[in-house]
Amino acid sequence: MRIVVDRDLCQGHGVCESEAPEVFSVSKQGVLTILDESPPESLRGRIEAAVGFCPTSALRIEED
Amino acid sequence: MTPDTATALREPPKVSGGEGEHGHLEELRHDPIGLMRRVREECGDVGEFRLAERDVVLLTGAEANEFFFRAPEEVLDQAEAYPFMTPVFGEGVIFDAPPERRREMLHNQALRDKFMRGHASTIADEVTRMVAQWEAAPGQTGTIDLLDWFAELTIYTSSACLIGKKFRKELDRRFAELYHDLERGTDALAYVDPYAPGVESFVRRDAARIGLVGLVQEIMDRRAAGPQAGDEDRDLLDVLMSIRNEDGSPRFSTDEVTGMFISMMFAGHHTTSGTAAWTLIELLRHPQEMAAVVAELDELYAHGEEVSYQALREMPRLEAAIKEALRLHPPLILVLRVAKEDLEVEGFRIAKGKLVGASLAVSNRIPEDFPDSDAFVPERYLDPRLEDQANPWTWIPFGAGRHRCVGAPFAMMQLKAIFSVLLRGWEFELAQPPDTYRNDHSKMVVQLAQPCAVHFAGRAR
Repeated sequence: MRIVVDRDLCQGHGVCESEAPEVFSVSKQGVLTILDESPPESLRGRIEAAVGFCPTSALRIEED
Repeated sequence: MTPDTATALREPPKVSGGEGEHGHLEELRHDPIGLMRRVREECGDVGEFRLAERDVVLLTGAEANEFFFRAPEEVLDQAEAYPFMTPVFGEGVIFDAPPERRREMLHNQALRDKFMRGHASTIADEVTRMVAQWEAAPGQTGTIDLLDWFAELTIYTSSACLIGKKFRKELDRRFAELYHDLERGTDALAYVDPYAPGVESFVRRDAARIGLVGLVQEIMDRRAAGPQAGDEDRDLLDVLMSIRNEDGSPRFSTDEVTGMFISMMFAGHHTTSGTAAWTLIELLRHPQEMAAVVAELDELYAHGEEVSYQALREMPRLEAAIKEALRLHPPLILVLRVAKEDLEVEGFRIAKGKLVGASLAVSNRIPEDFPDSDAFVPERYLDPRLEDQANPWTWIPFGAGRHRCVGAPFAMMQLKAIFSVLLRGWEFELAQPPDTYRNDHSKMVVQLAQPCAVHFAGRAR
């Protein structure tokens, strides 16, 4: 799986970081960094939660 | 030349009326939703009305809204679009800054997800403090005015969460009353002159701002005279007071500090207050929906869970009721920008310098997107309808896209925390005929028209 961010929509709320800190990091200025763009399957549940709870619907998962 | 080149662009059609000196200004001050609906009826997705010296291109519907909400600040700019806000915030606050800086300022640290749980607990405490007066009432019954009550509550919640609990403890009703006068000072007459003499709401607005500066000055004086706050106890006001120029003088005047606080609290105040009131009114108008929401809360809290925990979790029935109150009664009915270049939408030309508006109130009720669009139907947000997600460019009480309200998650959490306390402990009843609750649209900041009373009574537990 691959994580895709729509930078037009991301506002840096940090919900994804709360859900899966191994994969998402939001800086003090609110800029999101994807720490692992192709994360392991074992994290799928929490990544799906990060995508689902993103308040601006800025994240999606693309399957390989 | 083919017909689809730029030269074929048409000018937006103009809506009827507006023959007076200031175009449609008077209509906007009395029946703005009627005006905006007529624009859509007569002109379609793109139409034009006149506001004093300026044309306003009004957009509704998914395609035009997507264009509006996707546009960057450099193309559709807010800075000049809201002349009625400058006397409220004060010169030099927010809209005088360049777009880049404004983006940073908008990114309020306090709105970050990791602070939400603490905020939920703070909000629950504030509601509990306010209902303590009800508990002392004879028979635990009485009547409140929804506008006054929620406006006061949300002054306490937003000051506590955004500025600091310490500052909140130094506020009382006077701050809420003055703040209300500021909000009432947002007459669209500001499009002619924000300082027009003889306008009563402007006189009260300016007096209220002076009054607020006075209250903040008293607080600052007390802090300056008292012992210095330890690191644990420092809030935003302590920080601002501690910043000095090179010559040792304070970097920010009391006027500037007050302006910052007013602006930080503004977006989340009348909006949340109004939505709380309308959610309660609509639930009281629809007893079956109220019963479903109360049952949901009773179940969620059956085992003594904390509000700080539950308010961050899903509450489908309550959330659906709040979303539907927002759709029918959006706190902002019209958002505005200024076109910084010549633009094109749906084959129409928007000339540089024109005001461009998106009407949340009209788009939220487009019947093709929201069946039975004038009715309160919370089910439309439940699986499988999910009409908010299905219509990201017309379900827009929080705006959309890159301009979506950054406080939306905070607002939803706040409303869930408020109703978690209110509806578990109390029952409510409309104190006047159901159709007499309405909004006052005479100002750009829409508020509930008074009277808007409800009765409360302690719930038998």
